[in-house]
Amino acid sequence: MADIPATPPVLRLEGVRRSFGIGTDVEIEILHGIDLVIEQGEFCALIGPSGSGKSTLLNIIGLLDRATAGKVFIMGADTDSLADAELTRLRSRRIGFVFQNALLIPAFTALENVMMPQLVDRGWPDEAMRRNAESLLGRVGLAARKDNLANAMSGGQQQRVAIARALAMNPALILADEPTGNLDTKSAESVLALMREVNLANRTTFLIVTHNMELARQTDRIIEVVDGRISTGTNTPLLPAVA
Amino acid sequence: MNPLLPFEWIAAVRFLKEGRAQTLLTVVGASVGVAVVVFMSALLLAVQANIFTRILSTQPHIAISPPKDEARPLRDPRIAGEIATIQAPAQKLRSIDQWQKIRALLQSIPDVTVVSPSVSGAAFAVRGDASKAITLSGIESEPFYKIVNLPEKIISGSARLAANDMLVGSQLAINLGVGLGEKIHIRSATGIDEIYTISGIFDLGNRGANERSVFVPLRAAQNLLGLQGGANALDINVADPMTAESMALRMAAETGLQADSWIKTFDQLFTSLRTQTAANRAIQFFVGLAVALGIASVLVVSVVQRSKEIGILRAMGASRGQILRIFLLQGAIVGLLGSIVGSALGAGFVQLWRIFARNPDGTPFFVITLAPGLFLIAGLVATLTGLLAALMPAISASRLNPVEAIRG
Repeated sequence: MADIPATPPVLRLEGVRRSFGIGTDVEIEILHGIDLVIEQGEFCALIGPSGSGKSTLLNIIGLLDRATAGKVFIMGADTDSLADAELTRLRSRRIGFVFQNALLIPAFTALENVMMPQLVDRGWPDEAMRRNAESLLGRVGLAARKDNLANAMSGGQQQRVAIARALAMNPALILADEPTGNLDTKSAESVLALMREVNLANRTTFLIVTHNMELARQTDRIIEVVDGRISTGTNTPLLPAVA
Repeated sequence: MNPLLPFEWIAAVRFLKEGRAQTLLTVVGASVGVAVVVFMSALLLAVQANIFTRILSTQPHIAISPPKDEARPLRDPRIAGEIATIQAPAQKLRSIDQWQKIRALLQSIPDVTVVSPSVSGAAFAVRGDASKAITLSGIESEPFYKIVNLPEKIISGSARLAANDMLVGSQLAINLGVGLGEKIHIRSATGIDEIYTISGIFDLGNRGANERSVFVPLRAAQNLLGLQGGANALDINVADPMTAESMALRMAAETGLQADSWIKTFDQLFTSLRTQTAANRAIQFFVGLAVALGIASVLVVSVVQRSKEIGILRAMGASRGQILRIFLLQGAIVGLLGSIVGSALGAGFVQLWRIFARNPDGTPFFVITLAPGLFLIAGLVATLTGLLAALMPAISASRLNPVEAIRG
């Protein structure tokens, strides 16, 4: 009998396909049967040319979109069978997002932005939530800026707040879409170093979408998507079948 | 963040605060709408109350009178048809049969507050060469004053009515050139002539009534008009004047007499008041609609402007319901704020009306009051309007696809 890991992989994709314009003359398949496994603690880059299907794949992994065919497992949970509300709950508790432009909510301070995922999940603010957010801001080096409104901070600082926000629910997987795309070199390095630090300290899995090969080379694993297929990289094979 | 408020409230308030200019304009729009509605409602209520007060201060709610004489055509049973056309008879002055019993019966009806017998008919007031046609009313002071508060309308003398006393209208006194304590002849159509002393002069607030009206004790009028011991009317007040018509129908059915409510008597006035009320409601509806469209249009723009933020919140796990509630609350908050500011503005308009809308002698046109219930209703309706106005944008926000929303 083959060894079965004690904990399921953070992410497992089986034959994931995604088509658009289904049933119309312009039906097009973007992803052509993606198989992928990412284990806990991995620090991965997802690369590929524009239009290759990276963003579509990221949306499906982030449970923001559903696959047309195939299966998506998050921490062993088959997301195909989940209703929208359950999918939303799973996304809220297991997955964190870091977007290219940080996308903080400008009406709230840095601290409140970091509290937001927990606030959305629990419905009411509390002291524990605040302490957790303060601690996370301290960890990304922005404790002193906690009361600043999002728009009153630099791009690098906003991206650090976004990372703190992504960590608020202590997720198993953080999906970062071009997190350094709009940052200067120094800020980009600082943000990447922060993500790596979190990855090592918490064994939080990172999947970073990037066009920046320099950044990709600093990750443990590069997954390349070309024309809707994973073409190169250290693509982990599917779990071996039970003998 | 206020720990006493849920996420949706916190987000709704922050979004409104962030878009200060938009929020301010929407609240101002809603406030103006509420102010117009509050002011117009208060004004209309006051106008109607004033009209009712004026009418009811000189008029019973229900007047019971004997059934009218009717012409009955003679019929020939052999030919099954009329054998002659009978001319309608002239109405004679006659008493209500056994009016004391009927009075007792009417007094036993719940909600009847007072029943006052009276005798009234045409007569002449004569002084020297001057002779004026009058409406002579014989009354029992005590119950009648509960219906028409004559003591309050006395401008000279008192409302006391002893055996040979009379109360005359101010204009009649001028026309006859008489004053308090002077005597005049009252001559009825039957030729009876008696002398009465003016014990009081009243002003009913109506020149025509002041020119014609004369009040004497019931017994005196019975003698003058040839209705000894009789009463040709029973004047009735009920607890709620607006129920007078239904009560009049009931009284007519129970007594077999004619019962006319003030509502029926002033039918045309009531029709115009109903039209006025309907017009006011139409104005309120369109003002409400304009406010709702104002709120809705601002929120529609807000949903477009905040699509990225909605997408982020959805990505973080906010449910469709939470997003829906955030925008519904924004509409309700704008409506509520609009109702508070608008109610204050409306009260201000009313105050200005009280200051500036006055007769030449400085007295107000009429008393205009602001019932607390009006503000409560305005608040509820405005909040509900805001909530309904927000429904469409809130639904569209909740249905935003997070991927597309984040992409912008």
